[in-house]
Parts: sequence; C-alpha cells; structure tokens
Amino acid sequence: MADAKVIPFDDDRSRGSAVARPPRRRGAVSRRRNGEPAPVRGIGEAGEVGEVQPLPTRTAGQDDVPVTGEERLDKDAGGLERRIAGGLSFLRRRLTGDYEVDDFGYDEELTDQVLMSLLRPLYEKYFRVEVKGVENIPAEGGALIVANHSGTLPLDGLMMQVAVHDHHPAGRHLRLLAADLVFVLPVVNELARKLGHTLACAEDAERLLGQGELVGVMPEGFKGIGKPFSERYKLQRFGRGGFVSTALRQGAPIVPCSIVGAEEIYPMIGNAKTLARVLGFPYFPLTPTFPWLGPLGGIPLPTKWTIQFGEPIPTDGYPPEAAEDPMLMFNLTDQVREQIQHTLYKLLVQRRSVFF
Amino acid sequence: MLVTGVARQLGGRFVRRIQRDPQVDRVVAVDAVRPEHHLGGADFIEADIRQPTIARVLAETGADTVVHLDVTATALGRGSRTTVKETNVIGTMQLLGACQKSPNVKRLVVKSSTNVYGSAPRDPAVFTETTPPKSLPSGGFAKDAVEVEGYVRGFARRRPDVAVCVLRFANILGPTAETPLAAYFSLPVLPTVLGYDPRLQFVHEDDVIEVLRIASHEPRRGTLNSGTFNIAGDGALLLSQCSRRLGRPTVPLLLPAVTWAGSLVRTLGMTDFSPEQIRLLTHGRVVSTDQMRETLGFTPRYTTAETFADFARSHGPGLLPPEAVAGAVDRIAALSLPGGAHPPVNLPTQSAN
Repeated sequence: MADAKVIPFDDDRSRGSAVARPPRRRGAVSRRRNGEPAPVRGIGEAGEVGEVQPLPTRTAGQDDVPVTGEERLDKDAGGLERRIAGGLSFLRRRLTGDYEVDDFGYDEELTDQVLMSLLRPLYEKYFRVEVKGVENIPAEGGALIVANHSGTLPLDGLMMQVAVHDHHPAGRHLRLLAADLVFVLPVVNELARKLGHTLACAEDAERLLGQGELVGVMPEGFKGIGKPFSERYKLQRFGRGGFVSTALRQGAPIVPCSIVGAEEIYPMIGNAKTLARVLGFPYFPLTPTFPWLGPLGGIPLPTKWTIQFGEPIPTDGYPPEAAEDPMLMFNLTDQVREQIQHTLYKLLVQRRSVFF
Repeated sequence: MLVTGVARQLGGRFVRRIQRDPQVDRVVAVDAVRPEHHLGGADFIEADIRQPTIARVLAETGADTVVHLDVTATALGRGSRTTVKETNVIGTMQLLGACQKSPNVKRLVVKSSTNVYGSAPRDPAVFTETTPPKSLPSGGFAKDAVEVEGYVRGFARRRPDVAVCVLRFANILGPTAETPLAAYFSLPVLPTVLGYDPRLQFVHEDDVIEVLRIASHEPRRGTLNSGTFNIAGDGALLLSQCSRRLGRPTVPLLLPAVTWAGSLVRTLGMTDFSPEQIRLLTHGRVVSTDQMRETLGFTPRYTTAETFADFARSHGPGLLPPEAVAGAVDRIAALSLPGGAHPPVNLPTQSAN
C-alpha cells in the first residue's frame, strides 16, 4: 500500500527510540503440560544459557558437587534439571487446582507460561513483529490502549498483547476487550477469559481501569476486522465513542496504537453474507485461499508487522461531568482516530514491502 | 422476630444464633413442617406461609422484624418443584400481605439469590446490584427469585416505613449447606459443558448467618442495612479449579447433551439439575460485593476459595484426591531427576514428600 496518499509529518519523535529491543526471553518454565520436557527447546535453551552467560555464582549456589572436568556438562544438566523440576511443580499446581484467577477469569500463570509461549513463535518468527514506542504505555495505573482492527481474525489483538507482555519494561499485562461473539463460542470463550480478555462493555472496562489495569480496545469492532481488502488501512467509524467516556470517567490516559501488517494476513476479497447470517457470524470471509483450499486456507500470509504505540492523550484534566459531554467525546474520539490514521500512513511509507 | 423456613439447616442455625443476641426478645420460628433439628428455645409455630394463617401468626406475635428465609431452590424432603415454587412465590405474597397489614413490622429481611442476574455470554463479567440482566431467567428457582424480589419491591413502595433488606446470596456452600450446587459437587463425576469453564463464586454458610444477623438488627453507625446487596466471598474459582481441588474428575459433554441429561435427571427426580443451573455451569457468574462492604459494613470471613476448601474438607476427596495427584507428580519428579542427588531446594516439589 505504498500508493497511499501520504502527508509528510514533522514530528517524528518516536523514531529515535524505534530500535526494537531484543525480545525478552521468558525464563524458567516453558510449556510442558504432560510432564514431558520439551526436548529441543529445553536443551537448546539450557545449552545457550550455559554457553553465553556462565554465571559462577549460580553454579556455586546450585549444586554442591565439586567442580570436575565435566563442568560444562554438569551445568547443562543442572539447568535442564531445574527446568524439569520447575515444569513439574507447575504441572503439580495445575493438576491440583492450586492457582489463582481473578474475577474476570484471568489466569495469569497459564497465560505467562503456556499461552504466551504458544503465541510467541507466531509473534517472533512468523509475523516478525517490530514494536515501537512501547515506552508510551505508562508503567503503572490504568490506561486505555486504542488500536486499529483488521485481518479477518483478531490476531492483531493477540499480537498486541504479546508485544506489551514481552516488551514493556514494567512487565504489564494487557487486558483486551473482546466482542460478545468471542464469549458465545465454546473453547474460544474459555481461552479468552484465561488470557484476561473480557466483554467490551462500559462496566467491565471501567472496572478494569479502576483496578489500574492496562486495557486494550479496538473500537472499530467488526466493521474494522471484516472490511474488504480494498479498504485496507482506512479506519472505520470508532463505534459510538464509548471508550472515550469510559477513559474520561476513570481519568485514564488513552494510548493510540497503530498496527501495520495485520490487514494483509487474510486478504478478504469477498463476503458470503448469506452463509454468515446462517452461521450467526457478522461476516464470512472469502480470501484467495479460503475456503477453496480447506484448512490450508486458514494459514495467514506471513506479513511483516509493525506495532507502534503513540503519545498518550491525557484525560484527567477534564471536569467530572466531561464524560457526559457528547461534543467533547466526539472531539476526543476524532483526535484518537486521526492520530492512529496518520501513524498508519507514516508506517506504511516506511515499510519496504508487505512481507519483509 | 419472626423467621420463616426454619425447617432447613440454615434457618435452624440462624434461629439458634439470633437468640443469643441481646436485642432479640423472642424468636418465632415458622415452617410448614416440624424441623428435625432443635431450635434452641425459639417458639415454633407450624404454619404454612402459603396459607392466610401466617397473617394471624404475625398479628398474634406482634413481631417487629420478619426474616424471610423460605426462598429456596430445592425441596425439603420429597416435595416437588411445584411445591417449592408455590412456597417461594405464593408464600412470599402471603407473607408480604401479612406484613403490610401488621403495624408492628419495622424491618423485613429477604433471602434472595444472585441467580436473578441470570447467566449469559453477553453479560458483563462482574454484576453490580444495578446491572440489568441481559436474559431474564426463564424458569426454575431463578425466576422465583426474580418474582419474589418484584413483590418485595412492591411492598417496599407501599410501606416506606419498613426497612427492607434484600440479600442476594451467591452459591451457598459449607459443611451442612443443602443447595443445588452442593449436590452437584457431591456427584462422583462432574458433568461439565465442553468448551466452557465458568467462573463461580461461593459464600460460606457461617457468613450467611452473620450477614443475616447484621441485616435483621438496627444498622451500626455509618452503615445502612436496607436495600439490595450482593453477598459473596472474595474472588472467584473456575469450575475446572473446583473439580481439581475437590479431586472429582469431569466429563465434558456437548451443550445439547448436558441439557438432555439434565432433563433426564430431573425427570428421574435425582437432583434439580435445572436449565438455569446448566447456564450457570456454562457461563458462570461473578458479582461485585462493594455495596456489601461499604454500605452494609460486612466483611465475609471466608473467601470463595476458603469456602470451597471448607466444603471440600467436609465432603472428603473424590476419585482423584489432589494429594494423590500431587504425589504422582512428585514420583515422576523423583524419576526424572537423575538420582535425585542434588534436589533443587527452591522448589516445593521435593519438600512436599
């Protein structure tokens, strides 16, 4: 989409900090559900740890066997052993139900140790997500991240969650607001709740912001995610601006977020409306591969993604009755929307190709 | 003070407890059947609240506080669902009619349930007292509770001089609680709905007694005990967590199969596995307890998890006790750690052995 009408922008402050940090390696326990260590990854990482950072203090504290000539091997075995033990204690906690979930059903332990590890390969290897401006997300307190929505399937939300989870220095967790369809579908609703998502409604959003959580919302909803390929990167209407009044009521800053790359994962060239109505879905996508190639059509195109978090827009300077002011609400909504749209265009100009 | 529904464990316990309070002169306990447990010196009057006799009882005793606990989901003994519904709805109407006639009544406490919110995927995750239900319960106890609350609201409008307190209890659990969910958790194998893991919230029966006491006395300084309050322990548990902590295996079934099995079980009269129960076990329900803390001034002693732990303790482990599962994992740990020569001390895996 290099042919987009692009207006040059002068303020480019976040570009200096755009150097992607090396993805933080999640330590300790990788996913091991059935008690078996994941051999390739486990050994690979243990070896890596042993080679790259031989920490003498750790080995000394860890095992009291005298250091022999097989020091390296021993260290590797120690790391592996520790990982196995960690995995087993995790398994033990899971099997006996000895873990916590919050009122929304968010299972932090499962998310951190299993679900994020499942999404990370998609994030790092497949879409090669580049994250910019993550420092714009406040380190503490409630904040509302508002992003564009695209891609037929809501992978952009999940990738945004991984981005915040892996890159934010304060290790914040993003709580996404999802459409009600998510909570109707079996299995999907269970996973969504465990990932910390909740229904996109003012009550839940306010409660989460009030608890000082980081809330992610995609106000375009189905209009954005189910728009035809020809309208890619054109922001749709931002709902009824409910997210602004929620943020105003809680005094939480709004962080605009632009996601580039998600539009092309499933190019939607058609919409089988009748079939969608029969199935009760808001749209039924027809892409060059789906449903013609069957399950193969479900594989997204390996596009290169960029997620940019913009400057936060403060909302705490307004009087309490501001949340009831429709004019202010529309203005703020437009401000957020335009900031996202401009950043999208800017990122599109910088993009070399859809896939690299 | 007049208390209805005393033939149940909960009513009996409440009557025994409330008599020890100095503010209470006399407790009149009413139920249609004679309770099997003792009532600790309270005057028992065998009266059916569905009959107009309840008005005479109220007039003769001159009670100033009425605690209506006879709003229940399950039948006592071998009553049918129709009897339960009649007691809930017609009984409440009769009792409220009697209260309206009686000039002495100053305070009315009604036991309701968070079932009034229903359970739907389109509901917010946490219900407050003012959240309108997205899908009104179509039948069963939940509908009874909605209707009871409707009549109570009408009564409160007609008698503004009476302090009316409606307590919406989450699922009551405890060593002696007799609720549908307690019956469900006593099944050897728990049928669940495939692809759903509902969030559940419990309240301990001790806390129920305590909050009923607070509601039936004069409000303490700085609190208000008239209005509608959600009563639940802190936090939430997933059904999968419950089954693991209880050590009872689950059988995930497709939703239509569960509905069918539920109606089969209901026909056979084993448990009241009603449609609303199935909806609860599909979508779950969590309520906000801010009003309970801030306005009513009550802090439950048990969290949801502690309530469940107490319930699990009193009912014994199921087919897969958590200790056995933990032991099995520890054995795998012992096998897979070569020799176990240098056990990692920072992990609880070994220390539990």
